[in-house]
Formats: sequence, structure tokens, C-alpha cells
Amino acid sequence: MTLAAATNENLAHISNVLVYSAMAVYTLAFLAHIAEWVFGSRSAVGRTAAALTAPAAAAVTVTTAKSAQSGGTAVLERPKVVTRSAPGSRDVPDGPGAAGGSEKGDLYGRIAVSLTVLAFALHVGGVLSRALSVQRAPWGNMYEFSTTFAMAAVGVYLGLLVAKKNVRWLGLPLTTSILLDLGLAVSVLYTDSDQLVPALHSYWLWIHVSCAILSGAALWVGATSSLFYLFRDAHEAHAAEGRPAGAWDNVLSRLPSAATLDKFAYRINATVFPLWTFTIIAGAIWAEAAWGRYWGWDPKEVWSFITWVAYACYLHARATAGWKGRKAAYLALLAFACYLFNYYGVNILLSGKHSYAGV
Amino acid sequence: MAKTDKSASAPAPEESEAGAAGARMSTAPAEDRGQAMPGSFGGVRAPGALGWLAWSAREATGWVRWFWRQLTSMRVALLLLFLLSLATIPGSLVPQTGVDQLKAEQWQKEHETLAPLYEKLGLFHVYSSVWFSAIYILLFVSLIGCIIPRTWQFVGQLRGRPPAAPRHLDRMPAHATWRTSAEPEQVLAAAGRILKRRRFRTETAADSVGGEKGYLREAGNLLFHISLIVLLVAFASGQLWKSEGGKLVVEGDGFANNLTQYDDFKAGSLFDADDLDPFDFDLDSFSGSYERTGPQKGTPRDYAAHVTYRDKPGAERRKATIKVNEPLETTRSKVYLIGHGYAPMVTVRDGKGDIAFKGPIPSLPLDSNVTETSVLKVADYRDKDGKPDDLGFQGNFVPTLDLRTGTMFSQFPALDNPRLVLTAYRGSLGVDSGVPQSVYQLDTTKMKQFKNPDGRAFAQAMKVGDTMTLPDGAGTLHFDGIRQWATFQVSQKPGNGAALAGAVAALVGLAGSLFIQRRRVWVRAVRGADGTTVVELAGLGRSESARLPEELADLAAALQPDAPQVAGDATGDAEGDDSGAAAPDAPADDAREGASPAPEAPAETSEGARA
Repeated sequence: MTLAAATNENLAHISNVLVYSAMAVYTLAFLAHIAEWVFGSRSAVGRTAAALTAPAAAAVTVTTAKSAQSGGTAVLERPKVVTRSAPGSRDVPDGPGAAGGSEKGDLYGRIAVSLTVLAFALHVGGVLSRALSVQRAPWGNMYEFSTTFAMAAVGVYLGLLVAKKNVRWLGLPLTTSILLDLGLAVSVLYTDSDQLVPALHSYWLWIHVSCAILSGAALWVGATSSLFYLFRDAHEAHAAEGRPAGAWDNVLSRLPSAATLDKFAYRINATVFPLWTFTIIAGAIWAEAAWGRYWGWDPKEVWSFITWVAYACYLHARATAGWKGRKAAYLALLAFACYLFNYYGVNILLSGKHSYAGV
Repeated sequence: MAKTDKSASAPAPEESEAGAAGARMSTAPAEDRGQAMPGSFGGVRAPGALGWLAWSAREATGWVRWFWRQLTSMRVALLLLFLLSLATIPGSLVPQTGVDQLKAEQWQKEHETLAPLYEKLGLFHVYSSVWFSAIYILLFVSLIGCIIPRTWQFVGQLRGRPPAAPRHLDRMPAHATWRTSAEPEQVLAAAGRILKRRRFRTETAADSVGGEKGYLREAGNLLFHISLIVLLVAFASGQLWKSEGGKLVVEGDGFANNLTQYDDFKAGSLFDADDLDPFDFDLDSFSGSYERTGPQKGTPRDYAAHVTYRDKPGAERRKATIKVNEPLETTRSKVYLIGHGYAPMVTVRDGKGDIAFKGPIPSLPLDSNVTETSVLKVADYRDKDGKPDDLGFQGNFVPTLDLRTGTMFSQFPALDNPRLVLTAYRGSLGVDSGVPQSVYQLDTTKMKQFKNPDGRAFAQAMKVGDTMTLPDGAGTLHFDGIRQWATFQVSQKPGNGAALAGAVAALVGLAGSLFIQRRRVWVRAVRGADGTTVVELAGLGRSESARLPEELADLAAALQPDAPQVAGDATGDAEGDDSGAAAPDAPADDAREGASPAPEAPAETSEGARA
């Protein structure tokens, strides 16, 4: 019989301190992002007005070729590739970003990203020390799941930033969500660091739960993108009709274009869908070993299935005439709402076999 | 571009060409947009009975075909998918008989008005209800109706060749052009080589080379959808042939897998008792460990049932440990550890001093600290005068009694301070009445409780080794010891392997269909008016892909050593000035500058090549 090591109280305490510190730094990052948007609003007005009245001006040929000149050898120029978007699309350029070209705003934005990196480091430390305190995967209860979920979401965001994707606009919604998630984790879902119940003694814990967390974190990015797509799309339709600027135009005009947001959301969701499928399959294999059946309509299973079908709906809708665009985006949001319900709702409102340590 | 995309907007003339170039790239079902409402399919009815028959047949086949087209259309499939997710929800909100029978029954008791209505709607067994089945069966019929034609189309595509280059390559989603001094034939040969090296299927025409790649996307797509059918069939057959039984085994006892041995047994409708796997096992010992400190004190940490088993009578006996996540696998069955508890071992002697009962008292846990209710029925009993009678014992077994807490409830699930507290009855147990009884419940209506001399009910708390002497020399009960018991679930589920295979295939197919891009590339080389060769490259993707322009740029770069650019040739100029040979009436300037934001003049240029 293998008995896991006793809880290392010291490390567990350090973990809590680190998570609280990370929350404090995320709060600072949140404020810095607010400052970024506020400073950006000043200089943006003129620019956006100009950009929207002549949207195509900015859209003309972006030179993608780069002459590689070296010494006296012949000039070898890469040919330009001209791309055309599908007919019917609006061809509105991406907005300038939260800072809206204002130097001060940009400075605050950079500060915010730096703070997010710092908070992420603290956060990772918190999750790791929690894991080390009990020498197991730190996903035994809802508190641990939530802290890791937030960590994964920030990780996905930072990863996209490192990959030079245009995701800085995500900073504010990200820090907001992270603070909400962590706040809920430390106040409502908190559970002391402890060993696992027998049902969780399995290497599938590493596979199944980590995939669920990573899927959720990436789906969050996709859903946020879809949400902002809906706002931005309405804003673009608004601008195309030449109606006077609304209250949020200033903010929305700084976002990437609706087409960019929609495409980004699709790519994320389509990439995560196989991972989510794998999460469910891994869960089924584990359930077969732990509970004697791979599928038993336990509430968590039911809702993961609903989430899966909802995302399948979204993927099909995007390829179906009359459903792509806004309707598909609504489906994406609905699908993510299913994921969220599966995450919190099933554990808090329904009872099933996925309830550990109280919730 | 998929056919489905095309119908989204009024097809502009140039788009129809893109459509032709992209034809047969997708096998997605064509959308019947703006289809007239179905009216009469029969057409003109000829006079007479024969005419009526012919008309009816035409009418009927027309309707069937219309219905089939509707069912297999993407829009209906989408609707069915959506309905499926909606229909799944109630099963998670209303307790299901198949998931937790006790909970469902309790819910039905608590909701007297709603329960009959819910019962009628099948809400207590949603996943086997008519409406839920209707949705998924329709969905799968729709799926099959979609897969079969798509498979044939895909086979056709595999046997076909990439289509010839469209006339206006500059109207494709990605396009590049330059002038070179190399001969057109040279350029085309090089292009063919390069495309082949990059594993494009190529087709050479007079002045162009076409290539297509990414067929695995559709293969993955088909594989995924076929795997879903495999999964459904595996799940259904698992349900039909499954068997699942529960058995409580006390340490030292054994179990042989046959129907009579089970405490409870469920099986699918096609299950046959002869299919049972003839294994048996003995429970040698059971061990459990629990959290000793902290807020989660008492939470189980590890359970292990140590057994000796053999696959069939006469086979070699082997030792094994069954844990919560580690079932015992016999030839065709799996034995899962489900629960555990304690069985107080007692010896009851009757009024004559003969042994009336020796063995474990059936006890059921009440709470997580394993406070148990214990009931013992002794039917084979004679009083001190030798008269036959029944004895009944009732009470609790408490593994850790702590009187300081002032309760009789156990304070910890392990055997720290075990006590057996019993009271006794005599009279008729009612076991001969023919009405089936639970071993865990004592019917005391025809029994009389033993009393102390002072008139209070007789009861005693015993440690292991203690003896309870019933008043009036009615007999004794000796607390011999404590054994643990474990409940096991024995499942036999055919179709698990097929389900796993289906799931893995679905995953592989899904990855293929989402991550592989189907795309076409054309290279055209024509001698221009000024004597140089105009090279044109164009790409068309099945879906909007950021990688297509990148890939095209790579191809162009790879082609350049064989088709070096004429010095001083700026790509933009070349197209405007002498694209004559390639596309005399190309509205190239519109496409480039796209000054008007009108939708029919798409002018987005995006960063294509890697800098």
C-alpha cells in the first residue's frame, strides 16, 4: 500500500502567500491596462475617425516582400503575395490597439504586460508549491482546479504574445477574468492542501484534468474573442452606415477588426476542439477504471457532452450559409457558457461523482 | 472555396470563376438556398387509374427525396445537433433511475404532483426516452446520408486530377507575379518539380501547372464521422449485452460468478446467463487508510482488497489487489471495488447452550465514519425449555466510539475503539410468512423486546470478547471479533474495445479535418509582349488560411532560382502594365487599390510572406 506523503504545511502556506501576491500583481496589471485604455482614448479619436471614413486606405498592399541584399551579389527579391479576402467582407483594418497610438497609453500597456508576466511567475510558484506540498498533481479539488485554470489562461495569453500574435487587446478582459476566478477560488472554493480521495489515485488525473484545464483556458480566449467580435461587428456595421459615433465607438474602434476577431476565435476553438474531445475520451477511460463504466451520464459527463456538441454546432455553423458570422459567434458564447456551467455549476448546483472535498 | 461559402453572397462574375477553380475541393453538401417550397412533385396527372397510380408514385418519390434532402442538409444537421445538446440537459437536472435509483425514487416521493408528469415525459430515463432516441437516431441517419455521397465524391476526387488553371489567376485569394528571362517551359518544368517535391498532386497543361494538396483533410473528416457511428454502435451493443452485478463479500469468504451469488444484478436485454465469465475469488483481507488530522480528518485515502482468484474452475489461483482505480480483470469481466464496511462476528447460543448462529452480523454503513446499523435474525433457536422460537438482535456497530462527544455515532472510520451495541427481541421474525424480507431490517411487530429486571429495555455495548447474556437464561451472544467486508461490482461489457477504437479514430480524424488545409496552387508562365516570361502564381484554399499566402511565397521563392526576376521589375508595375498575355482584362488595379469600400471590390491585402 502506498501512502502519499503527509502534507507539508510550510509549502502549502507559501503557496497561499504566492497566490495572494499574484492576485495583488494582477490587480496592478488590471489598473495599468485601464490606464492604457484611458490614455489611448485621447489620441484615438482623430485617428479612428480618419480610419473609418477611408477604411480601404489603410488596407492597400502591405508589402510583405523584403529585399535581402548582401554584399555585391545579385538582388534576389521575394515576390509579393497579394491576397484578397472573400467577397462581401467589410475590409475594415484592425484597430490600433488599446493604447490607440498614444505613447503614454502604450507605456502603461507595456507596464501591464510586464506586471502580468511577474504575476504569472508568482502564480506558477503558487501552483507548484501547492503541488509539492502534497507531492501530487495540484488538481484534487475546485480551489486547485481554479488556480491552475487561471494560470493556464494567462499562460495561453502570454504564449500568444510571445508568438507575436495580435492579442494585447485581451489584456484587460484577461486580468478581469483572472481576478474574478482567483477571487472565487480563494474565498468560496478554498480547500486546505491535502491528500487525494482514493478515486483520484490515478495517473489519469494528470492527463484528464490537465487537458480539461488547458482546453478551458484556451476556450476562454476563443469566447472572449467571439464576444468582442460581436461588439466590434455591430460597431463596424454602425460605422458603415455612417451613423454618428456611439458611446463605445472610441473603445471598439481600437479593437482588431471583426473579421480578425472572428478568424482568431475560430482558430482557437477549432484547435481546442480535438483537445476537448481527448479530455472527454481520457475521462471515459478513467471512469471505466474507477467506476466500472466509461459513460454513465453523471452530471459532469452530461455537461461535457453538451459542451462538446455545442462546439460541434459552432464549427458546423461556421461552414453553413446563413449561420456564419454573428449567429456562429452566439453559438460559440453559448458553448463556452456550457463549459463554465460544467466547471462551476455542476459542482455547486448538482451533485455527482465529480464532487471532491465538499464541492 | 466550399460550395457552401459560395451561396452566402450573390455570386459576382469573378467569383464564379473562383468557384469553378475551387470546384470539387470540398465534398460538403451543397446548400439548397432559396429552394422553392415543395409543391407537387407529380406533375401532370394522366386520366384513369393508371395515370393516378403513376402520378402518386411520382408524388411519393418526390416527397421522399425532398425529405431525404432536408434531413441530410447541413442546416437540419445543425438543428439536430442543437436539439441534441438541449435534450441532454434535463438528464443532468432530474435524478435518473439508471444513474442513481435511490435518489430518483426519493425525488419522486418528494414531488408528488410533478413525478407522474415527469414519468410520462420520460424525464427519469432521459437517455433511453423516445424523444431523445428520436433526435440522435435522426442525427445519425442524417450523418450516414451525408457520409455516403461524400465518400463517393472523395473517391472521385482521389481518382481525378487537379483542375486546370483558371484564366484570371490574379483573382484568386493569393496571387504573385513577376517577369523572368527564363523560358516558359523551363519555368513550368521547375514549378512541376517543386510542387511534386512538396507532395502536391500536379497536372501540367500547355501554359500552366496545377497542384493540389491536403486530401487528408477530407479523409480525416470522413474518418471522424464514421468513427462516431462506430462509437454509437459500440455503446448500443454494450448496453444490450452488458451485465453488471453487486456482491458483498466478508473477509475470508469468496464469490463465484454465477447469477445465484449476486446481491443485485442488472443486464442488457440480449444478455444470456450462460455468457457469465466463470471466475471466482476469495477476499483474503481488506485494508483502508484514512486522513488522521486536519479539516479533512476521516476522509478515505486508500482502499485495497486483497484477493485470490482464478479465471475458471480448475485454473491456477493467483493473488491480486483490487483498488478503486484498479479493477481486477478476468477473462471477460472486471471486478471493481465499490464500498466497504465492518461485519461484527458473533456466536449466539440458545437456551440449551447450543450454537444457534455463528457468523457475521449484516451491517450497513450510515455515515462516512462507518457507523453501522446491525440486524441479526436467528430463526434456528430454542429457549431454555427446548421450545422453538425466533430471536432478533438490532443495534449499531461503531468503529470508533468516543463517549466524550456525547453521541453514539462513530468519530472515525477506522477501528480505533469499536463497540457493538445491541438490543434483543424474541417472538416471530415473520420469515416463514413468504413475504421477502431485507436482511438489514427487523420487523418487530410480532416480537417482544427483552427487558432488564428494572423494566427498562435490555441493551448492551460490547467490546470484542464480551458476552451478552440475555435475561431469563434465554441465551448468550458472544462478540467474537470484527471482519471487514467489501462490496464489488462485477461488470461484463462487450463493445468497450470497439468504443475505444472508435474514440481514438474519431480523434485522429478530427485532428486531420481541422488541422490539414486543402489547397490548390497554379503556376502559369507565358511569354509577354516584351519578350520576357511572365510568371504567375496563385493559391486557393478550402478555408481561409493564413498559411496559404505564406506557402505561396515559399513556392515563389523556391521557383526564383529557376525563374530569376528581371532586374528593375517591380511586381506591382508588372501586373499593371503587361499582364496582358496572362489576363488582358484583369481588373488588377481595382483589386490592388480597392479605393471603394463597396463589398464587391474586395481589396484586403494581408501580410503573406514571412519577413
